[in-house]
Amino acid sequence: MSVEPLWEKVAIAKGAAVSKFPVWKNAETSTVDTPTIESETQSKEELDLPWQVVVHNDPVNLMSYVTMVFQRVFGYPREKAERHMLEVHHKGRSVLWTGMRERAELYVQQLHGYVLLATLEKAA
Amino acid sequence: MEICQRKDGIEISELDPFLAELLRQIPGSTNPEGVAAAEERLFSPPTNGREKEICTEWKLYVEPELRRLFQTATQTVATDLEQLDGNEKKLASQTLRIPVKHADAWLNALNQARLVIAAKYSFTDGELSDHLRSPIGSRRDLSLFQVNFYGFIQEFILRAVDGSEKSSED
Repeated sequence: MSVEPLWEKVAIAKGAAVSKFPVWKNAETSTVDTPTIESETQSKEELDLPWQVVVHNDPVNLMSYVTMVFQRVFGYPREKAERHMLEVHHKGRSVLWTGMRERAELYVQQLHGYVLLATLEKAA
Repeated sequence: MEICQRKDGIEISELDPFLAELLRQIPGSTNPEGVAAAEERLFSPPTNGREKEICTEWKLYVEPELRRLFQTATQTVATDLEQLDGNEKKLASQTLRIPVKHADAWLNALNQARLVIAAKYSFTDGELSDHLRSPIGSRRDLSLFQVNFYGFIQEFILRAVDGSEKSSED
C-alpha cells in the first residue's frame, strides 16, 4: 500500500492559506487586536479535538479480511483486531482509534485503500 | 479445482473452463462504471457528512490516489490471469499460479470485484450468507455464486498470507 497520507497533501494545500493572514503594512495603524489570529487559534483548537476512526459494517467484506486489515493498519494483535471486527459485525460500527485529526485521516485513508467502510468523526 | 500453497505462492489447479472464466472476469468485475451504488461503495465518503471540508479535500487529493491504487491491483491480477489465456484446449482444465508478492493485489482486486457485483445486484445480507443456495438459474444467481467463489479464493489467499507472515516472524 503506497497511498500518500491525506494530511500531507492537505498541509501543502493549506500552505497558501497561511499567507492570507493579515500583514500589517503600517505599524502605526495596527493597534487593534488581530481577530484573524483569534480565528486561527480556534481552528487549531478544533484540530486538537479528539477524532475517532470508525469502521462500519459491510456484509460483503470477509471477517478474516477485516481482521487482517485492522492488524495491518493499526498494528493490533489478532485478539484485539478480532474484537473490533466482531463489534463491527454485531453492532454495525466500531471505534478503532481516537486521537489527532491528521493521524485519524491517515488511518481512514488506509482503510479505504483496503475498501473498508471507514469514517472520521469528532469524538463526542 | 484444487488450491494449495506452494513455497513461492498459491497454485489453483484443475480449473475447469467455467471457473477459469469466472477468474478471468475479475478485472472486468472491478469496474463500477455505470453503477452508481458500486461507485459510491468503492469511493465512500470519509466522514458521516458533517465535515464538508474534509470531504472536499478527500475528493481532490485522496480519491485519485485510491483510484490509482485499485487500478494497479487490478492490473497485477489481469497480468497473472494471462496464464489462463494459453493455447490449451478449451475444455481442458488449467492451472493458475499466484506469486506471494501479488497476494495483496489479489485480495484488493477480489474485494473490489465482490463489492461491485454485490452493489450491482443489491444482494441482501441473507443472500450473501446463504451458502446452500439452489443451483444457478439466473444471471443474479450466477453473480451471487461469483461473489462467493471470489470470497473463497480471498479466504485461501488470506490464510497463505497469514502463514507466510507468521513464518517470517519466526
